[in-house]
Amino acid sequence: MDLKLKVWRQKNAEDKGGLVEYQLNDIEGHMSFLEMMDILNEQLISEGQEPVSFDHDCREGICGACSMHINGEPHGPDAGTTTCQLHMRKFNDGDTIFIEPFRAKAFPVIKDLVVDRSAFDRIQHAGGYISVNTSGNTQDANSIPVPKVNADKAFDAATCIGCGACVAACKNASAMLFVSAKVSQFALLPQGEVEAKDRALNMVKQMDAEGFGNCTNTGACEAECPKGISLENIARLNREYLSASVTTDH
Amino acid sequence: MSWLTKTLSSSIGKKVLMAITGLFLCSFLIIHLMGNLQLFKDDGGYAFNTYTVFMTTNPLIKTVSYVLYFSILFHAVWGIYLEYQNKKARPQGYAMSKNQGSLASRNMAILGTIIFVYIAVHLGDFWYEYKFGHLPYVTYTESLSTGEVTAIETLPDSYTQEVKMLETFNEAEGTKSITVKDLYVEAEEAFSKPLLVIFYVISMVVLGFHLLHGFQSGFQTLGLNHPKYNPLIKKVGIWVFAILIPFAFAVIPVYFLIK
Amino acid sequence: MAKSSVKLDAKIPEGPIANKWTSYKDHIDLVNPANKRNIDVIVVGTGLAGGSAAATLAELGYNVKAFCYQDSPRRAHSIAAQGGINAAKNYQGDGDSTYRLFYDTVKGGDYRSREANVYRLAEVSANIIDQCVAQGVPFARDYGGLLDNRSFGGVLVSRTFYAKGQTGQQLLLGAYSAMNRQIARGKIEMYNRHEMLDIVIVDGKARGIIARNLVTGEIERHSAHAVVIGSGGYGNVYFLSTNAMGSNVTAAWKIHKKGAYFANPCFTQIHPTCIPRSGDYQSKLTLMSESLRNDGRIWVPKKLEDAQAIREGKLKPTQLSEEDRDYYLERRYPAFGNLVPRDVASRAAKERCDAGFGVNKTGEAVYLDFKSAIERYGKEQAKIHGIQDPSQEKILELGEEVVANKYGNLFQMYEKIVDENPYKTPMMIYPATHYTMGGIWVDYNLMTTIPGCYAIGEANFSDHGANRLGASALMQGLADGYFVLPYTIGDYLSSDIRTGKISTDLPEFEEAEKSVREQLSFFVNNKGSHSVDYYHKKLGKVMWDKVGMSRNAEGLKEAMAEIKAIREDFWKNVSVPGGMDEMNPELEKASRVADFLELGELFAKDALERNESCGGHFREEYQTEDGEALRDDKNYAYVAAWEYKGEPSEAVLHKEDLEFKDIELKTRSYK
Repeated sequence: MDLKLKVWRQKNAEDKGGLVEYQLNDIEGHMSFLEMMDILNEQLISEGQEPVSFDHDCREGICGACSMHINGEPHGPDAGTTTCQLHMRKFNDGDTIFIEPFRAKAFPVIKDLVVDRSAFDRIQHAGGYISVNTSGNTQDANSIPVPKVNADKAFDAATCIGCGACVAACKNASAMLFVSAKVSQFALLPQGEVEAKDRALNMVKQMDAEGFGNCTNTGACEAECPKGISLENIARLNREYLSASVTTDH
Repeated sequence: MSWLTKTLSSSIGKKVLMAITGLFLCSFLIIHLMGNLQLFKDDGGYAFNTYTVFMTTNPLIKTVSYVLYFSILFHAVWGIYLEYQNKKARPQGYAMSKNQGSLASRNMAILGTIIFVYIAVHLGDFWYEYKFGHLPYVTYTESLSTGEVTAIETLPDSYTQEVKMLETFNEAEGTKSITVKDLYVEAEEAFSKPLLVIFYVISMVVLGFHLLHGFQSGFQTLGLNHPKYNPLIKKVGIWVFAILIPFAFAVIPVYFLIK
Repeated sequence: MAKSSVKLDAKIPEGPIANKWTSYKDHIDLVNPANKRNIDVIVVGTGLAGGSAAATLAELGYNVKAFCYQDSPRRAHSIAAQGGINAAKNYQGDGDSTYRLFYDTVKGGDYRSREANVYRLAEVSANIIDQCVAQGVPFARDYGGLLDNRSFGGVLVSRTFYAKGQTGQQLLLGAYSAMNRQIARGKIEMYNRHEMLDIVIVDGKARGIIARNLVTGEIERHSAHAVVIGSGGYGNVYFLSTNAMGSNVTAAWKIHKKGAYFANPCFTQIHPTCIPRSGDYQSKLTLMSESLRNDGRIWVPKKLEDAQAIREGKLKPTQLSEEDRDYYLERRYPAFGNLVPRDVASRAAKERCDAGFGVNKTGEAVYLDFKSAIERYGKEQAKIHGIQDPSQEKILELGEEVVANKYGNLFQMYEKIVDENPYKTPMMIYPATHYTMGGIWVDYNLMTTIPGCYAIGEANFSDHGANRLGASALMQGLADGYFVLPYTIGDYLSSDIRTGKISTDLPEFEEAEKSVREQLSFFVNNKGSHSVDYYHKKLGKVMWDKVGMSRNAEGLKEAMAEIKAIREDFWKNVSVPGGMDEMNPELEKASRVADFLELGELFAKDALERNESCGGHFREEYQTEDGEALRDDKNYAYVAAWEYKGEPSEAVLHKEDLEFKDIELKTRSYK
């Protein structure tokens, strides 16, 4: 198939940037979206132009590095899929494809389609852990049974790959789905319950400091999340946060 | 900062304030609608006008109404402020956006603003007229034994009284006379204007959309989300708050127009 | 032919194998907490090994600087591990023990790993599970709330702990969370989007690194009292592999060039169950977890004409009757069946495809079929639900549900890539490069031949011999990082408590930075005619064709010459757009491919030197009559550790003889 691409090009953080149009021919349906981008880049290099920078690594939908906003949706038109697992068979001959970076004040553009998502890391520094030393002197793994339903829910929350699609999709650029997934994973396990209150307070505080918007429950995040993280987690975070605010000593 | 201001100024706290005021306003809608249903009684406005007196004199209801005024103002101003903040979180928009999420949920601020304008017009039409305008007075004569209204007399324009409701008993005839401001006739008059009726109806559609998202969103924000009860919350939000209540409100002006 | 010289000292503690690690720990030197505050450690790579090491060292009190090329440590490629992690917990009561895990690992590695290291690995394995559960890793549990297990290839017990098909992600998030705690305390300084481009050696000791900030292009000097390399494997030397696009050998290769020996580079694992390639544009291959072999049966058509018809699209696999199918693993290896070790399964697939039985357009694919598992589970479910005489549809429906619960995400991934429904038609799979058992040579302390420079996880060579068993990579990465290195590095650093801060103004830093700058500026100024990928793909093709699943002396010699020629062309004609002082992914690739081009040749040389077949290394000249690998324990029971001498072809071989005191050397048999 032949495609017309409108790709966001921006030299660096200070540059204003803009959409640049490229024509790309003979693309096969079995190619992944990023393989299509590879071909575009090979073409640009052979023309002596600078290739398009974009984040990507594992290309199997798990590392969360890839991050494009394709035809108006983070990770493109295929539901439950990261950009690297999106295949060109989802497009038609003659299509125009808009390719933009994730947009949020808290995700500044570094170059072209590459954005800085370190705000997510900082939120996790604020409490995304259980304070247990890695000394190896912990108790036996089976000494605390965990109800399967909670273990499964914790796992579902933990499948978040931290790609930032929730922020990109939200009209308010809110990070609530991400933060709620992290808080939920630990809050649902007996091991994490001990610090659950401080964790919710601290992670939300950091989230606010990073400049994400407020959640208005539009559900766009859930619809675009490649891992299907549920809005139930946001309600849980609200609950955890409010009860922590009311019941902690500080 | 105290813990309370800290909590309420966090992104979750801010939303909680929207949820609490919003759900409070939802509960008000039920009360308001129940009162308004008196308009459908074919009693020359007797039930409605006496209900109006009750609503404006009962001390408990008066207190609640101040909370209500505050909630309306707060919900509106805070909502606009949050929308402004949310816009700031994405300084540069997309050239192309699919906009997942329902139409209503993405446009709460616009819907809310229209509702706010509506409330202003509505209060001007009725609340202001009732309190500060020159409404005519009406006297209802009611049989003490059956409770039936036997006579309705509209008083001349020049008539006024100190109290909101004047009750006189005629023991010989076994009747009671009640003199009150006639807000009912004001409604009849207002809703004889087709343009105003259209505005009211449109506003109710807007309200329906606002509540379609708002009602269940309030529960989500308060953390009240449970697979067992979510379907109920969703259904009540859609059928009661987004459809039934706005529809019932919208019927009133239409009823008066065609009556 | 390279000369073999000095025998390497692996510094294995004395005593019976079961006591070595305990008595080692009892007798090493420790650093007191106050002194740890004055000691800096650099950790390169933040996967399971690097991440767990950084967190633990910081917990102990050292000042850690951690580096990763990704935008967050959580994205290191350990995240992509699917199936599980082994541990000798014996929760299933099926006869597992430390010794059995040790035995299985040494046997699985075809007797080319170091006994003492493997025993230690088996010993600490149970602790890893305790540790991870305490960190909040959501492992799969049964209805009683206790941990669940599954089986993996090459073993007869169920000892694999898992979190659906995302065990690597969950374990890495555990290590990452431990890091977060230390980053918050200021004990780890995290350098995201940084790539190590050289090591700095002062007075014979590793004292720092030169790193490039991948956002600004700035070249930075970082000093420390020890340097830990946890940068993963070098599978991307094949261009196509299941590794992440950014996975590279650069950190390992740079230390090799400065004196660290590189061991057994030819021991590379070709994983049997990957999605076959579909075209030349392909950028990487996708793994389908080995756990699928628990329930999937592997087959090809029995008749050549059927295979032909399938390739041409005239016949569908579901139309073939049972008699016309060749379940070749079950036929050849009745005892282990579809759960033979990876190297055996991969070679068997290649053997069938080479014989003309391949089932996709390229002729390089076999079937992995879930039909009988779906039927089996369906019948079981029907019984559980009390359904009398269930219809075939009902059975399939119930069975598909069970299979979806176990492998849903893998099936979904397969469908996205191949556009076929694997519940209805068998999956197509083919082997692909997956893991490298070879790596930087380390002693029992995990120290390389450069004092103060350590290598952990896949980056080192130590525990898996010539073939790694499934679910053992995660185990080794975390064992090294959480439980082994934190002890052994203390022993070394105890002599450094008076050294004080290492200055980055030393001439050694200056010199290392200069050579890094020179190479980078060469790339951006060389106005060549071919992109970096052009060379990488060429290298990959030679590697796959001649140094792939089976090798022979002639092919290996050709490969060495061809790789050398590609390398020379690369240094003349490579074209790298953009500049040095900005984000430049092409420049990053160029540096990495430059190193792959050297490693590839050493890889072929190592394969040529090892005149035997063992594990993942199959030399066509050395096989039994029925095509099984023929090991030569008399002449090749050693680790080949290569010393850099300029050209890869001139590398010098050092042998570490492997002694097997606790396990009898036997021909590996899975029949």
